Amino acid sequence: MNLGRYILQKTGWYLVALVAAVGLNFLLPRLVPGNPVDVIVSNLTRGGSITGEQQQQIYETYVAEFGLDKPLWEQFFTYLGKVFTGDLGTSFANYPASVNDLVGQALPWSVAVQLPAILIGWVLGNLVGAIAAFRGGNWDRSVFTSSLFLSSMPYYCLSILLLYVLAVVAGVFPVGGAYSLGLTPELSAEFLWDAVSYYWLPFLSLVIVFIGGQAVGMRSMAIYELGGDYVNYARAMGIRDNTITKYIFRNAMLPQITGLALSIGTLVGGALITELVFNYPGVGTLLFNAISQNDYPVIQAITLIITVAVLLANFVVEIVYGFVDPRIRAAKSGEK
Amino acid sequence: MSTPNAPVTDEKSAPRSNPFRSFNFSTRFWVSLVIVVAVVVLGLAGLLYPTGSGEKVGSLYDAPGGGLPLGTDNFGHDVLAVLMAGTRTSLIIGLVAGTIATAIGVAVGLVAGFVGGWLEEVLMGITNVVLAIPSIIVLILISISLPQSSIWSLAVVIGITAWPWTARAVRAQASSVATREHIDVARLSGARLPSILLVDVLPYILSYAVMAFVLQVSGAILAESALSMLGLGPSGTDSLGTQLHWALAFQAVATGAWWAFLPPTIVLTLVSFGFLLLQASLDEVFNPRLRRGKKKQMKQAAARRAKEAAALAAGEQAPAAGADPRPVPTSAGGAA
Repeated sequence: MNLGRYILQKTGWYLVALVAAVGLNFLLPRLVPGNPVDVIVSNLTRGGSITGEQQQQIYETYVAEFGLDKPLWEQFFTYLGKVFTGDLGTSFANYPASVNDLVGQALPWSVAVQLPAILIGWVLGNLVGAIAAFRGGNWDRSVFTSSLFLSSMPYYCLSILLLYVLAVVAGVFPVGGAYSLGLTPELSAEFLWDAVSYYWLPFLSLVIVFIGGQAVGMRSMAIYELGGDYVNYARAMGIRDNTITKYIFRNAMLPQITGLALSIGTLVGGALITELVFNYPGVGTLLFNAISQNDYPVIQAITLIITVAVLLANFVVEIVYGFVDPRIRAAKSGEK
Repeated sequence: MSTPNAPVTDEKSAPRSNPFRSFNFSTRFWVSLVIVVAVVVLGLAGLLYPTGSGEKVGSLYDAPGGGLPLGTDNFGHDVLAVLMAGTRTSLIIGLVAGTIATAIGVAVGLVAGFVGGWLEEVLMGITNVVLAIPSIIVLILISISLPQSSIWSLAVVIGITAWPWTARAVRAQASSVATREHIDVARLSGARLPSILLVDVLPYILSYAVMAFVLQVSGAILAESALSMLGLGPSGTDSLGTQLHWALAFQAVATGAWWAFLPPTIVLTLVSFGFLLLQASLDEVFNPRLRRGKKKQMKQAAARRAKEAAALAAGEQAPAAGADPRPVPTSAGGAA
C-alpha cells in the first residue's frame, strides 16, 4: 500500500468519525424528552428575573435558531450549516451572549496549558523511558514504578494533591484562578508575569501524568528493541554504544508516535477537570458552568470543538506516522 | 516402597496440593490484590458503619476528632460514612460498566477477528470511529440528554462507550486463534459458529478478557468520577466523584479542609493504581514470556541446570533425578 492510499484511507476514516461525532453532537441533546427549548426556557424563568415578554423573545430566538419547527433532517442541515460557517449559536444562560465569544475567551487558556504539556511531556517522557531502559537496574525499577504510579493516577487527583501541597500548605503558588484580581487579560509584561505564576500548577499536573504515561510506553518499547537482532549484529560489528542507542531510540520512537495520538484525547479530557480544580478560566470551567446551568449551546459547542481538535490531532499524528515509518504502509492491510 | 522413589512422589504431589503454586504469582500481584481488596472492604464496611452517609452529624467542615475520624463535609455529613458509601457506589458502577464494556468488546472482537471479511471491516471500522472520538465527550453528551441519572443509567452509559479498545485487542487474538488447527477439527465435526466461538475460541482469549475487565472496571470508576466532578453524576447518591465535586464546589482545598477531599482522592488513586498493577501482574501470570525473572530465581535456575548436567554426566545410575523433568520447574516455582 503506497503513501497516497494510506493517506486517503486515513482521511476517509477520520471523515466518517467526524460525521459520527457531529451527528452525536446534534442528535443526543435533542433526545431530551419534550421540546428542549420549552424545558430550558421554563428552567431559565423559574428564577423570576425574566419577564414574560423576554421569555417569549428568548423562546422565539431559539426556535428560529435551531429550526425546531422543522423536521429533524432539516434541523441537522441547519446545524451543519451553522457549524461550518463558524456560528456556534447563542448561550442559554448568558443570553444574549454568543457562544463564539464565550468559547473564544476560554479557549486560549486551555490551549496555553495543554499544548506545551503535550509536547514537553511527550519529549521528556520518551527520554526518561529510554534512559530507564538503557540504564536498567535500580534506576529502571524506580523510574518504572513511579511512572506507572503517575500514569495510572487520574489527572484531577494529582491536581488536587498539587494544589493542596504546593499552594495551600507550602504557599509557593497562588490558589486557583489564572491571574490576580484587579488585572485584566492583556498583552503586557506585568499581566503575563502574573499569569505565569498561576500557570505552573495546571501545567505541572498535566505534564507530570503525561510524562509518566509516555515513559512507561517508551521503556517497554526500548527493552523490546534492545533484544532485536540488529542490536546484536551492531554489537558484533563493534559499533559504539552511542550509535546503537541512536538506532534503538529511533526504532522505539515509532510506536510512541501512535501512543501520542491515543493519549491526546485522554489528556484533553483530563484537562477539563484539571481546570476545574484550579478554577482556571479555560474550556473545562466553561463546560462545568454550562452544565450546571443547562446551557446546551455552550456544552455542544465545547464538545464539538474538543472532538474536532482531538480528531484533527490524531489525524495529523497518523499522517506523520505514515511518512516516518515505511513499515506501517506495508503492514497497514493487516492491522486495522 | 523403596526409599529413592519417595522424594519423587513428594515433588509430584506438591503442585497438585496447591494449584496456585503453578501460577507463580509475583509480589506485585499480592501488592495489587491487597490494594484492591482494601478498597472493596472499605466499600463494604459502610454497610456496618453506624452513621448513614446522609445523616447530618455536624456543621460545615468540622475537623476530624470526637467520634468523627474524618470530620464532616460541607453538608455536615460524616466524611468517613460518605467515603464508604461513595466507594461502594463507585465499585458498583465500575463492576456493572466493566461487565457491559467487556461483554460488548469481547463479542465484537470475537466475531470480527474470527469471521473476518466484510464483517470485520465494518465492525473494526465502527470500533475505530468510536475510538477516535474522546469517550468523555460522548459520556457528557449522553449524560446531558438523560433526564435523570441514576447509578445504573450511568453504569450502562459508561459501559457502552468504553468497549472499543477491548474489541480491538480481542480481535487481534481471535484472528490468530482462527487459523489454528483445532478450529478446523471443530468445523469438520459440524459445530456451528456460536458454538465454535464459545467453546473453541473464547477459552483462548479468556485471559485477555479478564485483564481487559480489570482495566475496564477501574476505567469506569474514573469515568464516573470525572462525570460527577463535571456535575453529571448520579443524582441523590454519594460516589467518590460527587464527594470530590462537592468538596471542590465548597472550596475545601482552598480552606485547607483536607479531610473532605483527600480521602476520595486517595481512594481514587488507589483504585486506578491497584487495578492497573493487578492487570500488569495478571498479564505476567497468563503470559510467561513477560516474566522478567528475578535475579534470585535465575541463579537458582542456573544452579539447578548445573546440577542436572552433573547428574546426567554422572551416568544413568540416578534415574529418579534425571528421568522426570517435571519436578524441576515446580520446585523452582515453589522456591519463588
